[in-house]
Amino acid sequence: GQDDCKQQVAINRLSRPRARRQARSNRPDQRIPDLPETANMGFLHLFIVNKSGGLIHHRPLGARAPRIGTNEWLRIGSTFHSLHAIAAEASPVRLLGNKNSDGADDGIEQIEAGGLVLSCLQTRTGVKFVITAEPGTPDLDMVLKEIYVLYADCALKDPFYELEMPIRCELFTQAVDALIERVEKTGARLR
Amino acid sequence: CGSKGCSPTTHNAVKNLFLSMSRPPASILDRPVGRGGARGSSATEGYVSLSAFAYLYSELVQYHQSRVASISELERRLESAGYGVGLKVLELLAYRARESKRETRLMNILQFVSSSVWKALFGKAADSLERSIDHADEFMIVDYEPVTSTYVSVPADLGQLSADAYVSGIIAGVLEGAGFTARVTAHSVRVEEGEYAKAPSTPGLPARKDKAVFLVKFSREVLARDAALER
Repeated sequence: GQDDCKQQVAINRLSRPRARRQARSNRPDQRIPDLPETANMGFLHLFIVNKSGGLIHHRPLGARAPRIGTNEWLRIGSTFHSLHAIAAEASPVRLLGNKNSDGADDGIEQIEAGGLVLSCLQTRTGVKFVITAEPGTPDLDMVLKEIYVLYADCALKDPFYELEMPIRCELFTQAVDALIERVEKTGARLR
Repeated sequence: CGSKGCSPTTHNAVKNLFLSMSRPPASILDRPVGRGGARGSSATEGYVSLSAFAYLYSELVQYHQSRVASISELERRLESAGYGVGLKVLELLAYRARESKRETRLMNILQFVSSSVWKALFGKAADSLERSIDHADEFMIVDYEPVTSTYVSVPADLGQLSADAYVSGIIAGVLEGAGFTARVTAHSVRVEEGEYAKAPSTPGLPARKDKAVFLVKFSREVLARDAALER
C-alpha cells in the first residue's frame, strides 16, 4: 500500500541527500482505499518549466486530472521553479562536482502527498519536466525520461519551435498522449 | 553533398584510391561519411543519422524563414536549395549505375526518380507513383514518411506550408538535369483510414496523419516530345 511505497522510496533516497517536502496527511478519511492497482494507475498532469522559470507546456494526462486554469498553471510553474532552486540550496549536503548521474543539479526530485505523487526530471539545460500522478503509479521516472526524449525529438527538431517558448508542436502532444496510453496499457496488463 | 544517405562522394572515392596506397587519412574531412573501412562491409556505411539530418534541415528552414515575407517564398527558397542537390544526385547515380543509356521516356524517368533516387537518398523506394486523372501532364509521387518532415509540426498560421519543399526541389533538379523540365510542388495530404498499414519507422512517434504528395507537372514541350516518341 502507500506505506510500503513510502518506505521503499525512503530507502532509495537515503544514499543521495535531497530536500524533500513531505505533505502527507494522516487522517484516515483522506487515505486512498486499497483499490486494485489498475484503478490507482493514474497519471494526472504533465508540466514543463523552462530554465528561466516560465511554464512552456501543461497537459492533463488522464480522466481524473482536475481542471486547472491557465493563470493557475503559470503560477504553479513559477512557484515550482523557485522551490526547486531553494531546495537545492537547502540540502544539507551538496554533491561534490555534481555527481548526479542524470547530469542535473540538486533540487526537488519527488514530492509525495496524501493523494498525489509529483516527480521532476531536470535536464542539464535547466528544463524541468514535472509529472503528477496518483500514488502507486509505477514507472514515473521511466515515463519522464521518455517524455524528455519526445521533447528532444518533436520540439527541438521542429524548425517552427522557438527555444524557451510555449510548446505548440502538435506532434509532441500526440506523442505524449500515445506514450501515456502505451504505459497504461502495459501497466494494466502486467497486473 | 547535402542529402542523407549519400555515400562517399566521387571526390572522396578518388581520394580513397590514393589514400589506400599511402598513409591513413590526415584529417576528418578526408575520411568517408559514416563508418569508413572496406566498401559495403558495414551496415551503417554511408548512412547519416536521422537526428543529425533533422537538426541541420531544421536550421536550414529557420534560416530561410527569417528572410522571407510569405509562405510561397519560403517554399520557393527550399525548392531552390534542393534543386542543386537534384542535379548532382542525377550525375552521381548515373555514374554509379554505369549504364550507357539514359532515360528518354517520361514513365521511365519517373520510375527512376521514384525508385533509384529515393533509394539512394532515403534508403527506401517511394510509396507510389500515380498519374493524375484530370490533367494529362500531372503525376504524383507519394511518400508516407518523408524524411524532411518527420519531426516537423507546421503551426496553424502557416497552414499550407509543406516542409518537404526541399525534396520537391530535388525532384525538379533530377528531372531538369535529365531533360524533362517540370514544376514540382509538395503537398501534405491527410492519410485516410486504413490507407497505410505499416508501423512508423521512427519508434516512439505516433503514426503520421499526413502523407507527402509531390505533384510533378511537366512542361508542354516535354509532353509533345514524349508523344512524338510514342509513335
